[in-house]
Amino acid sequence: MNKKLVINEKWCKGCVVCVAFCPKDVLEMKADKVVVKNESACIYCGLCELRCPDFAIHIEKEEGKK
Amino acid sequence: MASKLIEKYIRPGTLPHIWCSGCGHGILMRALAQAIENLGLDKDKVCVVSGIGCSSRIAGYMDFNTLHTTHGRAIAFATGVKVANPEMHVIVVAGDGDLTAIGGNHIIHAARRNLDLTCILLNNDTYGMTGGQFSPTTPMGDVASTAPYGNMERPFDTVKLVIGAGATFAARGTAYHVNPTIKLMQEAISHKGFSFVDCLSACPSYYGRKNKKGNIVKMLEWQRDNAKTEKVHASVEPEWLEEYDKILKANKK
Repeated sequence: MNKKLVINEKWCKGCVVCVAFCPKDVLEMKADKVVVKNESACIYCGLCELRCPDFAIHIEKEEGKK
Repeated sequence: MASKLIEKYIRPGTLPHIWCSGCGHGILMRALAQAIENLGLDKDKVCVVSGIGCSSRIAGYMDFNTLHTTHGRAIAFATGVKVANPEMHVIVVAGDGDLTAIGGNHIIHAARRNLDLTCILLNNDTYGMTGGQFSPTTPMGDVASTAPYGNMERPFDTVKLVIGAGATFAARGTAYHVNPTIKLMQEAISHKGFSFVDCLSACPSYYGRKNKKGNIVKMLEWQRDNAKTEKVHASVEPEWLEEYDKILKANKK
Protein backbone atom coordinates (compact mmCIF):
# COMPACT_ATOMS: atom_id res chain seq x y z
CA MET A 1 0.00 0.00 0.00
CA ASN A 2 1.52 3.30 -1.11
CA LYS A 3 1.12 6.48 0.86
CA LYS A 4 1.37 10.07 -0.21
CA LEU A 5 1.17 13.52 1.33
CA VAL A 6 -1.76 15.58 0.12
CA ILE A 7 -1.93 19.34 0.71
CA ASN A 8 -5.03 21.46 0.27
CA GLU A 9 -3.59 24.92 -0.39
CA LYS A 10 -6.98 26.60 -0.20
CA TRP A 11 -7.40 25.60 3.46
CA CYS A 12 -3.81 26.29 4.58
CA LYS A 13 -3.55 29.45 6.71
CA GLY A 14 0.23 29.30 7.00
CA CYS A 15 0.47 28.71 10.76
CA VAL A 16 3.69 26.65 10.32
CA VAL A 17 2.69 23.98 12.87
CA CYS A 18 3.23 21.11 10.41
CA VAL A 19 6.64 22.43 9.35
CA ALA A 20 7.76 22.95 12.97
CA PHE A 21 6.72 19.54 14.28
CA CYS A 22 7.76 17.42 11.27
CA PRO A 23 10.51 15.13 12.59
CA LYS A 24 12.07 14.66 9.15
CA ASP A 25 12.06 18.21 7.77
CA VAL A 26 9.83 17.25 4.85
CA LEU A 27 7.80 20.45 4.61
CA GLU A 28 8.51 24.13 4.05
CA MET A 29 6.64 27.38 3.60
CA LYS A 30 6.34 29.16 0.26
CA ALA A 31 4.32 32.37 0.02
CA ASP A 32 2.60 31.59 3.37
CA LYS A 33 1.45 28.15 2.25
CA VAL A 34 2.92 24.79 3.10
CA VAL A 35 4.62 22.83 0.31
CA VAL A 36 6.38 19.48 0.23
CA LYS A 37 10.14 20.00 0.13
CA ASN A 38 11.37 16.44 0.25
CA GLU A 39 8.75 13.69 0.20
CA SER A 40 11.38 10.95 -0.09
CA ALA A 41 12.38 11.69 3.53
CA CYS A 42 8.78 11.38 4.77
CA ILE A 43 8.09 8.46 7.10
CA TYR A 44 4.31 9.10 7.04
CA CYS A 45 4.13 9.39 10.82
CA GLY A 46 1.06 11.59 10.49
CA LEU A 47 2.10 14.26 13.00
CA CYS A 48 1.37 16.99 10.44
CA GLU A 49 -2.14 15.68 9.88
CA LEU A 50 -2.68 15.24 13.62
CA ARG A 51 -1.80 18.87 14.44
CA CYS A 52 -2.90 20.81 11.37
CA PRO A 53 -5.62 23.13 12.74
CA ASP A 54 -7.03 23.57 9.25
CA PHE A 55 -7.08 19.96 8.00
CA ALA A 56 -5.02 21.18 5.04
CA ILE A 57 -2.54 18.28 5.01
CA HIS A 58 -3.16 14.56 5.20
CA ILE A 59 -1.70 11.23 4.28
CA GLU A 60 -3.56 9.34 1.64
CA LYS A 61 -3.30 5.62 1.29
CA GLU A 62 -3.44 4.44 -2.30
CA GLU A 63 -5.06 1.08 -1.90
CA GLY A 64 -4.42 -1.71 -4.37
CA LYS A 65 -0.93 -0.48 -5.24
CA LYS A 66 2.31 -1.89 -3.96
CA MET B 1 -8.98 17.08 -1.03
CA ALA B 2 -9.69 16.24 2.56
CA SER B 3 -8.89 13.18 4.60
CA LYS B 4 -11.52 10.48 5.00
CA LEU B 5 -11.99 11.51 8.65
CA ILE B 6 -12.74 15.13 7.73
CA GLU B 7 -15.01 14.11 4.85
CA LYS B 8 -16.97 11.86 7.16
CA TYR B 9 -17.35 14.16 10.16
CA ILE B 10 -17.27 17.73 8.84
CA ARG B 11 -20.23 19.15 6.96
CA PRO B 12 -19.39 19.72 3.30
CA GLY B 13 -18.89 23.33 2.27
CA THR B 14 -18.14 24.64 5.76
CA LEU B 15 -14.35 24.62 5.43
CA PRO B 16 -12.05 26.50 5.66
CA HIS B 17 -13.30 27.32 9.15
CA ILE B 18 -13.38 30.84 10.57
CA TRP B 19 -10.76 30.22 13.27
CA CYS B 20 -7.52 32.17 13.05
CA SER B 21 -4.31 30.77 11.65
CA GLY B 22 -2.90 28.37 14.23
CA CYS B 23 -6.01 28.19 16.45
CA GLY B 24 -5.84 25.17 18.74
CA HIS B 25 -9.57 24.59 18.33
CA GLY B 26 -9.00 23.09 14.87
CA ILE B 27 -6.60 20.52 16.31
CA LEU B 28 -9.07 19.62 19.06
CA MET B 29 -12.07 19.41 16.73
CA ARG B 30 -10.17 16.88 14.63
CA ALA B 31 -9.23 15.06 17.83
CA LEU B 32 -12.91 14.82 18.83
CA ALA B 33 -13.80 13.49 15.37
CA GLN B 34 -11.03 10.91 15.69
CA ALA B 35 -12.24 9.88 19.17
CA ILE B 36 -15.78 9.34 17.87
CA GLU B 37 -14.40 7.42 14.86
CA ASN B 38 -12.30 5.20 17.15
CA LEU B 39 -15.35 4.44 19.28
CA GLY B 40 -17.32 3.55 16.15
CA LEU B 41 -20.39 5.50 17.22
CA ASP B 42 -23.38 5.88 14.90
CA LYS B 43 -23.40 9.49 13.70
CA ASP B 44 -27.16 9.67 14.22
CA LYS B 45 -26.70 8.71 17.86
CA VAL B 46 -24.31 11.56 18.65
CA CYS B 47 -25.43 15.07 19.55
CA VAL B 48 -22.93 17.91 19.82
CA VAL B 49 -24.18 20.92 21.78
CA SER B 50 -22.35 24.23 21.95
CA GLY B 51 -22.91 27.67 23.39
CA ILE B 52 -21.44 30.92 22.10
CA GLY B 53 -17.83 31.68 21.24
CA CYS B 54 -15.06 30.48 18.95
CA SER B 55 -15.33 26.91 20.20
CA SER B 56 -19.06 26.91 19.64
CA ARG B 57 -18.58 27.05 15.89
CA ILE B 58 -17.97 23.32 16.20
CA ALA B 59 -21.71 22.68 16.24
CA GLY B 60 -21.87 24.21 12.78
CA TYR B 61 -18.93 22.30 11.39
CA MET B 62 -19.42 18.81 12.76
CA ASP B 63 -21.82 16.53 10.95
CA PHE B 64 -23.88 15.07 13.79
CA ASN B 65 -27.12 16.10 15.42
CA THR B 66 -25.96 19.53 16.57
CA LEU B 67 -27.35 22.35 18.63
CA HIS B 68 -25.83 25.84 18.77
CA THR B 69 -27.37 27.41 21.83
CA THR B 70 -27.25 30.61 23.85
CA HIS B 71 -24.23 31.86 25.78
CA GLY B 72 -23.34 29.61 28.68
CA ARG B 73 -26.45 27.46 28.38
CA ALA B 74 -25.07 24.57 26.34
CA ILE B 75 -25.27 22.20 29.31
CA ALA B 76 -28.87 23.19 30.05
CA PHE B 77 -29.90 22.39 26.46
CA ALA B 78 -27.80 19.21 26.48
CA THR B 79 -29.57 18.07 29.64
CA GLY B 80 -32.89 18.35 27.83
CA VAL B 81 -31.57 16.47 24.79
CA LYS B 82 -30.23 13.66 26.94
CA VAL B 83 -33.34 13.27 29.09
CA ALA B 84 -35.53 13.16 25.98
CA ASN B 85 -33.14 10.82 24.09
CA PRO B 86 -31.37 8.60 26.63
CA GLU B 87 -29.77 6.51 23.85
CA MET B 88 -28.00 9.57 22.43
CA HIS B 89 -24.33 10.33 23.19
CA VAL B 90 -24.61 13.99 24.11
CA ILE B 91 -21.34 15.92 23.92
CA VAL B 92 -21.10 19.52 25.06
CA VAL B 93 -18.27 21.45 23.44
CA ALA B 94 -17.74 24.88 24.90
CA GLY B 95 -15.08 27.42 25.70
CA ASP B 96 -13.73 28.58 29.04
CA GLY B 97 -15.76 31.79 29.04
CA ASP B 98 -18.92 29.96 28.06
CA LEU B 99 -18.59 27.06 30.48
CA THR B 100 -16.91 28.52 33.54
CA ALA B 101 -18.15 32.13 33.58
CA ILE B 102 -21.72 32.59 32.38
CA GLY B 103 -22.31 28.83 32.38
CA GLY B 104 -20.58 28.21 35.69
CA ASN B 105 -23.80 27.44 37.49
CA HIS B 106 -24.85 24.89 34.88
CA ILE B 107 -21.58 23.00 34.97
CA ILE B 108 -21.53 22.49 38.73
CA HIS B 109 -25.10 21.26 38.81
CA ALA B 110 -24.61 18.98 35.80
CA ALA B 111 -21.61 17.51 37.63
CA ARG B 112 -23.66 17.13 40.82
CA ARG B 113 -26.57 15.43 39.03
CA ASN B 114 -24.27 13.00 37.26
CA LEU B 115 -26.41 12.93 34.14
CA ASP B 116 -24.64 10.96 31.39
CA LEU B 117 -23.17 13.93 29.47
CA THR B 118 -19.69 14.47 28.10
CA CYS B 119 -18.32 17.95 28.47
CA ILE B 120 -15.30 18.98 26.39
CA LEU B 121 -13.90 22.33 27.49
CA LEU B 122 -11.78 24.02 24.81
CA ASN B 123 -9.77 26.17 27.15
CA ASN B 124 -7.88 28.97 25.43
CA ASP B 125 -7.58 31.19 28.53
CA THR B 126 -9.48 34.07 26.97
CA TYR B 127 -12.66 35.28 25.27
CA GLY B 128 -11.32 34.94 21.72
CA MET B 129 -14.39 35.83 19.67
CA THR B 130 -15.12 39.13 21.39
CA GLY B 131 -11.60 40.53 21.50
CA GLY B 132 -9.47 38.89 24.17
CA GLN B 133 -11.15 39.77 27.47
CA PHE B 134 -9.99 37.82 30.51
CA SER B 135 -11.96 34.73 31.43
CA PRO B 136 -12.16 32.74 34.68
CA THR B 137 -9.26 30.59 33.43
CA THR B 138 -6.88 33.41 32.45
CA PRO B 139 -3.76 32.87 34.59
CA MET B 140 -3.05 35.50 37.26
CA GLY B 141 -0.86 38.34 36.00
CA ASP B 142 -1.59 37.75 32.33
CA VAL B 143 -2.69 40.62 30.17
CA ALA B 144 -6.11 40.78 28.51
CA SER B 145 -8.03 43.57 26.77
CA THR B 146 -10.01 44.04 30.00
CA ALA B 147 -6.90 43.60 32.18
CA PRO B 148 -4.31 45.87 30.55
CA TYR B 149 -2.15 45.86 33.70
CA GLY B 150 -2.47 42.13 34.24
CA ASN B 151 -5.22 39.90 35.57
CA MET B 152 -5.40 40.33 39.34
CA GLU B 153 -7.77 37.40 39.89
CA ARG B 154 -6.88 33.77 40.49
CA PRO B 155 -8.05 31.36 37.77
CA PHE B 156 -10.30 28.35 38.21
CA ASP B 157 -8.73 24.94 38.32
CA THR B 158 -11.60 23.59 36.24
CA VAL B 159 -10.83 19.94 36.90
CA LYS B 160 -10.85 20.46 40.68
CA LEU B 161 -14.03 22.52 40.28
CA VAL B 162 -15.99 19.73 38.60
CA ILE B 163 -14.60 17.04 40.90
CA GLY B 164 -15.65 19.17 43.86
CA ALA B 165 -19.10 19.47 42.32
CA GLY B 166 -19.39 15.70 41.94
CA ALA B 167 -18.23 14.86 38.40
CA THR B 168 -17.49 11.16 38.01
CA PHE B 169 -14.84 11.55 35.30
CA ALA B 170 -12.40 14.43 34.97
CA ALA B 171 -9.28 14.70 32.82
CA ARG B 172 -6.89 17.19 31.27
CA GLY B 173 -5.77 17.19 27.66
CA THR B 174 -3.91 19.62 25.40
CA ALA B 175 -3.75 20.61 21.76
CA TYR B 176 -0.11 19.49 21.70
CA HIS B 177 -0.59 15.97 23.14
CA VAL B 178 -3.19 15.04 20.56
CA ASN B 179 -3.12 11.24 20.79
CA PRO B 180 -3.42 11.05 24.60
CA THR B 181 -6.17 13.67 24.41
CA ILE B 182 -8.07 11.57 21.85
CA LYS B 183 -7.86 8.61 24.24
CA LEU B 184 -9.16 10.72 27.13
CA MET B 185 -12.04 11.95 24.97
CA GLN B 186 -12.88 8.33 24.13
CA GLU B 187 -12.87 7.40 27.80
CA ALA B 188 -15.00 10.42 28.65
CA ILE B 189 -17.59 9.59 25.97
CA SER B 190 -17.70 5.92 27.08
CA HIS B 191 -18.02 6.87 30.76
CA LYS B 192 -21.47 6.54 32.28
CA GLY B 193 -22.20 9.72 34.18
CA PHE B 194 -20.97 13.29 33.89
CA SER B 195 -17.54 13.34 32.27
CA PHE B 196 -15.34 16.36 31.77
CA VAL B 197 -12.17 16.90 29.74
CA ASP B 198 -10.37 20.24 30.04
CA CYS B 199 -8.51 20.53 26.73
CA LEU B 200 -5.89 23.26 26.76
CA SER B 201 -6.29 25.00 23.40
CA ALA B 202 -4.31 28.02 22.23
CA CYS B 203 -5.36 31.46 21.07
CA PRO B 204 -2.37 32.95 19.25
CA SER B 205 -4.37 35.97 18.03
CA TYR B 206 -5.42 37.40 21.39
CA TYR B 207 -4.07 35.61 24.43
CA GLY B 208 -0.79 34.70 22.74
CA ARG B 209 -0.15 38.08 21.17
CA LYS B 210 -1.13 40.12 24.23
CA ASN B 211 1.08 38.03 26.49
CA LYS B 212 4.03 37.79 24.10
CA LYS B 213 3.77 34.01 24.01
CA GLY B 214 4.99 33.89 20.43
CA ASN B 215 3.29 32.15 17.55
CA ILE B 216 1.30 28.92 17.76
CA VAL B 217 4.47 26.83 17.47
CA LYS B 218 5.89 28.48 20.61
CA MET B 219 2.55 28.06 22.39
CA LEU B 220 2.40 24.36 21.55
CA GLU B 221 6.01 23.93 22.66
CA TRP B 222 5.05 25.55 25.95
CA GLN B 223 2.25 22.98 26.31
CA ARG B 224 4.69 20.20 25.51
CA ASP B 225 7.07 21.35 28.24
CA ASN B 226 4.60 22.47 30.91
CA ALA B 227 1.10 21.10 30.50
CA LYS B 228 -0.12 17.77 31.78
CA THR B 229 -2.31 15.27 30.02
CA GLU B 230 -3.88 13.03 32.61
CA LYS B 231 -6.97 11.33 33.88
CA VAL B 232 -7.46 12.98 37.26
CA HIS B 233 -10.59 11.31 38.54
CA ALA B 234 -12.95 8.46 37.68
CA SER B 235 -15.61 7.01 39.97
CA VAL B 236 -18.97 5.28 39.86
CA GLU B 237 -21.96 7.09 41.31
CA PRO B 238 -25.72 6.80 40.71
CA GLU B 239 -26.52 8.15 37.25
CA TRP B 240 -29.42 10.59 36.93
CA LEU B 241 -31.44 8.76 34.27
CA GLU B 242 -31.18 5.45 36.10
CA GLU B 243 -32.39 7.09 39.29
CA TYR B 244 -35.22 8.72 37.36
CA ASP B 245 -36.29 5.32 36.00
CA LYS B 246 -36.32 3.92 39.53
CA ILE B 247 -38.61 6.72 40.70
CA LEU B 248 -40.93 6.15 37.73
CA LYS B 249 -41.13 2.42 38.36
CA ALA B 250 -41.66 2.79 42.11
CA ASN B 251 -44.56 5.16 41.57
CA LYS B 252 -46.32 3.43 38.71
CA LYS B 253 -49.98 2.86 39.51
